[in-house]
Amino acid sequence: MPLIGSFSLVLALALSVYCLAAGVVALFRHGPQFERLGETARRAGIAVWAAVALAAAVLVVATFQNDFSIAYILHHSNRDLGAPYKFAALWSGQEGSLLFWSLLLASYGLVLRMRHKVDTRLVAYASVIIAAVQIFFLSLVNFAAPPFALTQGAIPPDGNGLNPLLQYPEMVIHPPMLYLGYVGFTVPFAFALAALIMRYPGEKWIHITRRWTMVTWGFLTCGVFLGAHWAYAVLGWGGYWGWDPVENASLLPWLTGTAFLHSVMMQEKRGMLKMWNMWLIFSTFLLSILGTLLTRSGIVSSVHAFAQSSIGTWFFVFLVITFAVCLFAFVYNYRYLKSEHRLESLVSRESSFLFNNLILLVACFTVLWGTLFPILSEWVQGHKITVGPPFFNRVNIPVALLLLLLTAVGPLLSWRKTSVESLKRNFLIPTLIALSAAVLVMIAPASWGGPFGMRPWQEASYFYSLMTITLSVLVAATVVSEFVRGGRVIARHTGSSLAAGMLHLTRRNTRRYGGYIVHFGVIVIMIGFAGAAFNRDVEQELGNGQQMSIGPYTLVARSYTDDDNPNYRSQWAIIDVSKNGTPLATMYPERRFYKASQQTATMVANRSTLREDLYLVYSGLNDQTGRPIIRAHLNPLVLWIWIGVLIVIAGTGVALVPNMAAARVTVTAHVPAPAGEAVGAGR
Amino acid sequence: MNRLQASGFRLQAKRVAGVAALCLVVILFVGAGDDSTGRFNNLGHKLMCRCGCNQVLLECNHVGCTYSDTMRNELLAGLQRGDSDDLVLQAFVQKYGPTVLAAPTTTGFNRVAWIMPFVALTGGLLLVVVIVKAWNTRRAAVVVAAGAGDAATRDELRRRVHQETEL
Repeated sequence: MPLIGSFSLVLALALSVYCLAAGVVALFRHGPQFERLGETARRAGIAVWAAVALAAAVLVVATFQNDFSIAYILHHSNRDLGAPYKFAALWSGQEGSLLFWSLLLASYGLVLRMRHKVDTRLVAYASVIIAAVQIFFLSLVNFAAPPFALTQGAIPPDGNGLNPLLQYPEMVIHPPMLYLGYVGFTVPFAFALAALIMRYPGEKWIHITRRWTMVTWGFLTCGVFLGAHWAYAVLGWGGYWGWDPVENASLLPWLTGTAFLHSVMMQEKRGMLKMWNMWLIFSTFLLSILGTLLTRSGIVSSVHAFAQSSIGTWFFVFLVITFAVCLFAFVYNYRYLKSEHRLESLVSRESSFLFNNLILLVACFTVLWGTLFPILSEWVQGHKITVGPPFFNRVNIPVALLLLLLTAVGPLLSWRKTSVESLKRNFLIPTLIALSAAVLVMIAPASWGGPFGMRPWQEASYFYSLMTITLSVLVAATVVSEFVRGGRVIARHTGSSLAAGMLHLTRRNTRRYGGYIVHFGVIVIMIGFAGAAFNRDVEQELGNGQQMSIGPYTLVARSYTDDDNPNYRSQWAIIDVSKNGTPLATMYPERRFYKASQQTATMVANRSTLREDLYLVYSGLNDQTGRPIIRAHLNPLVLWIWIGVLIVIAGTGVALVPNMAAARVTVTAHVPAPAGEAVGAGR
Repeated sequence: MNRLQASGFRLQAKRVAGVAALCLVVILFVGAGDDSTGRFNNLGHKLMCRCGCNQVLLECNHVGCTYSDTMRNELLAGLQRGDSDDLVLQAFVQKYGPTVLAAPTTTGFNRVAWIMPFVALTGGLLLVVVIVKAWNTRRAAVVVAAGAGDAATRDELRRRVHQETEL
């Protein structure tokens, strides 16, 4: 088995090298024989996928067969591990995750090379660039972190098991989603670099890569929030985002990718920001690599310690080479990226995109700066410092609020220039609605829960929370007004209802209205974040029959029980929950002890409603008293975050659907002249 | 008469708005007060647990953690002694080193950590404004050709409008 896997990886590397070398020769030489050579390079690229897929399949099969002669399987699996987690073992460790990364890259490459007819030459360039990236990752799995390395000495009868924190259903899908996002940005990067090198005329490459970018962004969004949900459900500290370097690493390319998705519209529609977009997509790819470098090299400390190793040098060299290639290609060809138009007004759709990009990049810079500052501090001051959640929250929240404001304002501005009258007309009602919402939040009784009845002057977090809610309502009002206004026009012309008009409008311009749905999802997420200012928690020893209170909830420990299975032993708390004296539910927070890894993990019991989450953690037994400890969190509005993510994904899906052809409406015009004719008013 | 009536209405509207604002302020400030128990929570979120979990002190959820219980008790003791926030934090720094603080201080080189993001934001905003203004000044006047009404020009304008507005 290990031999087949290793051979497949060597073969994949050889094929990638051929794809690159033959592809480059075919691109720069002319003649039928070089066209045939180019075709063999494309086919070699396709064959890379088969070889890497075989290697990944071998590793999975070997995991299911408990082949502990392979060191990776010994360290990341055991006999009693459940089947889904044995499958997930493929990406649970350093070597396997790099193999998985190679597989995803080969898969993206496969799709790209199979669809080469969209533009044979552009795809040939992109294929060569992807082959170069593939060579790097295949070199890693062949030389630096081989997944089929053999176990040294006698083979133990059982493996060390999978990290308990990873034994959770979301862990089976969170890393693939995240990697699909990280790796997927290689495709737009390859097309962008290809277009720059070949001085590709027009914006066709943007049209070709637009869907790739959106799909990739969608995967990354899923990955980031699945990670947040996993942290919330598994780590048991009551939060979903801790500004850990690994979390930050996933956020960096997401921020620049989001900026690119906005500013690329300027290039498509007005031929502007060509250089900017080129660097945005380069940066997104480079940040994916930088994030991987930071979290796998041990440069910064992280709770995700399972992923650390000494392969940082490889990533650093690759990062430097990639940056140098991008810079060289840019300096050599930047004259071909001149804008066709210039900004005409500070109050226009174009400038709102520009400000949006600026704020997203400042957010990206802030996250990167905070992540790297401990290293900088060590260089300058001789000692490390911690840059944790208080820093990121304090610096990023104002930036996020600015972004929310722009999200509200931007879509209602006109291209080129917006008049004051238009501003008044578009913003008066949404602003009044948002201000009313702010007043309602402040004057409503606190018994409504969450942010209601807040006094924003008492704490900065309350003030930020109020601002977030107010601006979110403003965005929602502007989004709804856009749908209603457009829907009304369609309804008037087609004689249909307003709802049908809005649906028709969305289908006619899926990207624009899908984008609005994404914005709506984002503000639902932001409202969820705003609830964090009102989190409460209580920790208490809770014997049988004893009770504790948090907010309106009373928790009574009915009993504690044990369970045992081949993989882990578990202890359960059975807790009856009542709210304002009314029995509500029974909750079962759990604590597990995994036998193979000799590690403990919590399984949180969470009762989630739109208003708040009642989140219970069985923390274990007090060492001194031997009594069980229960920690209860009351976290307002968390469910909004997960609902918002679903809306964002739905919006992305809508934006990916091709536009429906515009309906043609014929209007009869009565004109006095004999030459009067019906005017086609197709819009 | 009409002018007098309008003036009366304005005065009445101002009075109503004033009373409404006063009511709002009264409602909002009812219950406003200092939350003294918040100090423990506030300071506990400014400190990191030293057990290696990389979590904020009050969020470390390891039972049997050899640091968090001790550190929480030390924090409580500092508050009960009546120490100021700065004094409490300083005591932790002296005992556990500078990495015990969850965020950089606002002194010395650490100040750079706080300043840079806002420098980037302000600099970026200024840069965008300056660039847009410069482009605006250099923009050549658009001359509408006399033949703008012909069919070919109209088609071209229609195509451009469609491209730019997607409508």
